[in-house]
Amino acid sequence: MLDTIAERPAPAAVASARPAAAPAVMLANVRKSFGSTRVLNGVTLSVKRGDVTCVIGPSGSGKSTLLRCINALTPVDAGTVVVEGIAVHDPALDKLALRRRVGMVFQQYNLFPHKTALENVMMAPIHVLQEDREEVEARAVALLTKIRLLDKAHCYPGALSGGQQQRVAIARSLAMRPTIMLFDEVTAALDPVMVKEVLSTIRDLAEEGITCILVTHEMGFAREVADQVCFTDHGIVVEEGPPEMIFTQPEDPRTRDFLGHVTF
Amino acid sequence: MNALRVSGRFGVGMMGLLLASVLFGEVQAADGSASLLATMWKWAPLIGQGFLLNILISVVAMTLGTVAGLGLGLGQMSPIWPLRHAAQIVTQFFRNAPWLVLLFYCILLLPYEMRLGGLVVAMPAWIKATVGLALPVMGNVSEIVRGGVQALPPAQWDSAEALAFNRRQTLWMVILPQAIKPMLPPWMNLYAVLIMATPLVSVVGVEEAMTLTRFALSAENRSELLLPMYLALLIAFFAYCYPIARWTARLERRFAVKL
Repeated sequence: MLDTIAERPAPAAVASARPAAAPAVMLANVRKSFGSTRVLNGVTLSVKRGDVTCVIGPSGSGKSTLLRCINALTPVDAGTVVVEGIAVHDPALDKLALRRRVGMVFQQYNLFPHKTALENVMMAPIHVLQEDREEVEARAVALLTKIRLLDKAHCYPGALSGGQQQRVAIARSLAMRPTIMLFDEVTAALDPVMVKEVLSTIRDLAEEGITCILVTHEMGFAREVADQVCFTDHGIVVEEGPPEMIFTQPEDPRTRDFLGHVTF
Repeated sequence: MNALRVSGRFGVGMMGLLLASVLFGEVQAADGSASLLATMWKWAPLIGQGFLLNILISVVAMTLGTVAGLGLGLGQMSPIWPLRHAAQIVTQFFRNAPWLVLLFYCILLLPYEMRLGGLVVAMPAWIKATVGLALPVMGNVSEIVRGGVQALPPAQWDSAEALAFNRRQTLWMVILPQAIKPMLPPWMNLYAVLIMATPLVSVVGVEEAMTLTRFALSAENRSELLLPMYLALLIAFFAYCYPIARWTARLERRFAVKL
């Protein structure tokens, strides 16, 4: 997996070499309701390949749902979702093909508690991709080494700290060699020290050129690492742009109001 | 824990009651007749064999009911709605039907023999009765499976799906292995209920412990035997079920801490 990532050019290089490249993820006018609650009210967003996009906004603004629409965990009601050329909004979508290319990490880690850290990382490549066990194990060991948890390879999730579990969850997703990673408030349940270690793992991924979309409240991280920040409120993308623009000169009063309540 | 100690005392109490009833019977017995203990001892091997049949019936019915109930329980959660509804209806039907009525149905409706290709398989009464008991077990296991699976955090489904597991892989590799623990105590409870329901099959003429006890009583035709003989049967069931109940309670406590 390390090889494939290394082969991919850095984000900046992609932008200059292929300026007209199709976006990795494109959402247009996406709508989603749960019962009578409208969660997404026509979301439009485009994410460049290799970019880090941070989705920020008040709770209940539809950030998580937006993310879940990208890997079809939540089917959209209307609108267009295209991920790596796959039409996700199409009812005939091959969900499994999509999810092999899009990894996702959750707020509550969701590791499989009956499997060790190493087994958690190995399961999907072996059973879903049907890859050779030894090859997968070598890759899993490399991933655990990278997140500095090789010594915990044979621990069950219950014996790991929250931050360690979250890093294993990231490794588990990476073992599938995704081209896009989705992070749904992955640091929200962690203490500041653990937040730091998880964010540094994500930063490494970004440097390797994996397209990352994060729903986050870590404004410092968004400001520092994101290529694009997107502010959502009431089910729409209110404003998006490079972090320096969003954080220093937000145009929309709602963005200004939200950021006014945030401390860095 | 308290309940366990109470039922342990209950067992000792029953033993005491048995001894008392035997003594009382000895006193009542007419002169010259054989002692009650000797008479009971004489019948013990036969009734013991009958009790083994009770155990056999319960084990086979539990196995059949568990396999069928697992399928039915998973059917209840199927994304295909006709299958889901059918499974729910079947589950509710067999869960809420009196066991005795189901038993009669099976005895009357199942044939004496079944042809499987060229093979003729005899269906003695005890097999039909076993099927009759397996049906309510199936309905109950179905609900245990559904409850066990639905008690897991839905996030486990999310993360398996996000890793591109298909539904079957998600169920067998992620969900069921985790659901077994919470399912085990109610499943063992169900078994205890089942073994205690096996004397029901005596009403359809299967020669299990209850039938044989009645047979022995009518052969001896001594009213003072009635109390001690049935008490002995009760104690046999208690001795078999009590360890299961203890074990179930221990598992329940262990899993309660972990989950």
